[in-house]
Amino acid sequence: MTTDTLLRRITDYASRPDPYPLYAELREAGPVVQQADGTYLVGTYHEINALLHDPRISVDPRSRRAPDPDLSTDQQLPFLRLDDPEHHRLRTLAMRPFGPPHSPGRIDAMCGQITEVTEDLMETLGDRTRIDIVDDFAYPLPVAVICRLLGVPREDEPRFREWSDAIVASADVGTGDDTTERDRAGRQARADMGRYLVDLADQRRGNPGDDMLSAFVNEPDPAMRLTREELAETAVLLLIAGHETTVNLITNGVLTLLRHPDQLDRLRDDPGLLPGAVEELLRYEPPVHMRERIPLADIDLAGFTLPEGTPLVLVLASGNRDPKRFHEPDRFDPTRPDNQHLGFGGGIHLCYGGPLARLEAQIALGALIPGLGTATLIQDPPPYRHNAMLRGPRHLPIELQEPA
Amino acid sequence: MADDLRAGRIVIVGASLAGLRAAETLREEGFTGSLTVVGDELRPPYDRPPLSKQVLLGQAAADATELPMRRDPDAHWRLGATATGLDPLGKRVMLADGDSLPFDRLLIATGTRARPWPNAEEAALDGVLTLRTWDDAGRLAERLAAGPQRVLVIGGGFTGSEIASACRERGLEVTVTERGPAPLVGALGGTLSKLAAGMQRAHGVDLRCGVTVTALRGDGNGRFTGADLSDGSHVAADVCVVALGAVRNVEWLKDAGLAAGPRGIACDGGCRAFDMYGIVTDDVFVAGDVSRFPHPLFEYQLLSLEHWGNAVAQAEVAAHNMVNPGPLRRPHLALPTFWSSQFGLNIKSVGVPTFSDQIVLAQGSLEARRLAVVYGYRGRVTAAVTVNMAKSLEYYQHLIETAAPFPPAPGAADRTLAAELPLPSDVPDPKGLSHGPLVALTGHLPDRRLTMVRPG
Repeated sequence: MTTDTLLRRITDYASRPDPYPLYAELREAGPVVQQADGTYLVGTYHEINALLHDPRISVDPRSRRAPDPDLSTDQQLPFLRLDDPEHHRLRTLAMRPFGPPHSPGRIDAMCGQITEVTEDLMETLGDRTRIDIVDDFAYPLPVAVICRLLGVPREDEPRFREWSDAIVASADVGTGDDTTERDRAGRQARADMGRYLVDLADQRRGNPGDDMLSAFVNEPDPAMRLTREELAETAVLLLIAGHETTVNLITNGVLTLLRHPDQLDRLRDDPGLLPGAVEELLRYEPPVHMRERIPLADIDLAGFTLPEGTPLVLVLASGNRDPKRFHEPDRFDPTRPDNQHLGFGGGIHLCYGGPLARLEAQIALGALIPGLGTATLIQDPPPYRHNAMLRGPRHLPIELQEPA
Repeated sequence: MADDLRAGRIVIVGASLAGLRAAETLREEGFTGSLTVVGDELRPPYDRPPLSKQVLLGQAAADATELPMRRDPDAHWRLGATATGLDPLGKRVMLADGDSLPFDRLLIATGTRARPWPNAEEAALDGVLTLRTWDDAGRLAERLAAGPQRVLVIGGGFTGSEIASACRERGLEVTVTERGPAPLVGALGGTLSKLAAGMQRAHGVDLRCGVTVTALRGDGNGRFTGADLSDGSHVAADVCVVALGAVRNVEWLKDAGLAAGPRGIACDGGCRAFDMYGIVTDDVFVAGDVSRFPHPLFEYQLLSLEHWGNAVAQAEVAAHNMVNPGPLRRPHLALPTFWSSQFGLNIKSVGVPTFSDQIVLAQGSLEARRLAVVYGYRGRVTAAVTVNMAKSLEYYQHLIETAAPFPPAPGAADRTLAAELPLPSDVPDPKGLSHGPLVALTGHLPDRRLTMVRPG
């Protein structure tokens, strides 16, 4: 097969359980591989890393040579899809109640809450011998955490799950199909969810709780305040990012450990290896497989010219398996040294919530691992979600045997 | 042969960052012989960057900056012992207490010390301090905590500027004197030094540039009371910090026949010391602030760096080369990098900013206090300095390593019109970096990356 169909083959749902052979083909075909629709694919570690750090690379969809006519230049976008200096301004404001330098202890302080949520979920599992890791654990855990952090009522989950599904579907990498309807539904969901979150925030005005929405609307310094539109986009971004990605990290963790029982035994004997194991998961089975970028100028890379305005797809999960960067990249090794993976991206858009995701995955897997010794996968590979960019199992049914 | 190198006796003189990292790496590389680390301070290896920042702000105690060990180097520690000489033929290090340590291979990592005030009598006044060791930092922190009326900082380099920043953060009046036209000018050149001067003044520093201190004054009880400046003025203060840079600790080597001088000890790209005739030794290695080493990206001029990152990288290379035979040895090619935090700014640098003839403001702006300045020399990128924009550094590092053309290609999203206008870099002549003889090695070209580090 020709390499100009790689993106189509990667996004083909049949590839979801194991896209890694296609990634190997991509790396083999060269650092830069043009697709039939003009898009460029980049799948090698050093080239991806260089592009992630290149200030001439845009994340703004309006930088395309042929921008979406429905996207106007004055429309507010989340900082994930904005370039500096606007990206920096909004990300800094969003960071104020979340991390250093203004809230350095915030994530550490959530350790107790996350443990509490985890214990509640474990209790609900009780003595059941058959569970779905996704529905029973890996999805409800980060949802509960992000709801508490942002200040969103947990019982509204069915509403925002529907919006979130539509938004995430519309943000998948292009597959050449007609995406008009998908994009329209995504825009509608984004608007609805934004309104819902701004309404919630409005209720906290002058009546703040210990949540981020409260912090945003009660910011005393007018120069540090988000506008309504900025607040809507930022809150939507945080709510979606907070629960669409960590679910995959936890689920992939359980799946990978059950496929590597020797490593599972190691981790059970030495929980001190967990932080390293989570880093290795972020490399070996990352929740985010691809990101799209657009050059703001013709960019020379490894003997190719990436033309201004033509979209690039950076296949982060392929860079994570690049043998030019990682020794035996297809081996899952929780004690791997020098593991600077691309699981959280890199450069100025390096994952905002990474420190929280790490903590959630460490606590969740730490709680599950003792019980996984006698567990078996009911379905391997499990059924996957449709999205190729945010890749993860839809369900992960496992059987827990009563200890003899 | 390799097995021989993994046994025997290794002595490391210098028990700070470079000495410790080298000791750890030796063990990591499989060295099983005896390892002795000599340090003239009594404390185990500690970290210095916090001494001019968190310690002065009272956020950390001076004695809480001990360096974490990556592994137990299983070394015999001779702390509080001063090396006084080296017998290169008899292969022994002499100590002040009369003892001498035989070695098969030696690593010199004696670093630097603070340059003292030249007038010993004035330097002895109560209230006149320098800042290099944890002891110094503890004393200075104590003085600052006592709430002096005014602190005088002599020297507007990085250490002096960080001390002034800490004083202002503590609400103390501070005067900085700098012989040059602005603080940090020697390291960063004219444009950024103007930003530094503006920040200092905006934060309430009494900044006096283009002047020198001619005398330190004391009262009848030997207490420091103020200083006379070359412009005829007088600054009344009760604490004075002399921040005039560093002196390399090489005096103990004066009879050792090594290429050692005020700029440090010259070594080759593999950290092996040269002797006074320019002949490379094979049993004496050098790492850290006390070394001068050739770098292919800077025309093989011998660089002397006082950077944390260089101490670590060079110590690792030196240790590797001490226990591996010739063909398996590695060159020390790490790009110089450093950082500073002062007046709310995070300043980071990669490359050698003084090795430049032009600069360009490639991203951001002075007004936003967030920018990337790129330095070029004869049409190629040689350095970059970011202010509150550290995540951009990696991109510029790549440009430097690949000898990319200067000015850098346009297209950055946060590029302003200023990026169209390269300015003179306004730093001391780059030849000022070249101290003593140039040592040319093999035929590397600056645009060729001849080594590739692969994991495993």
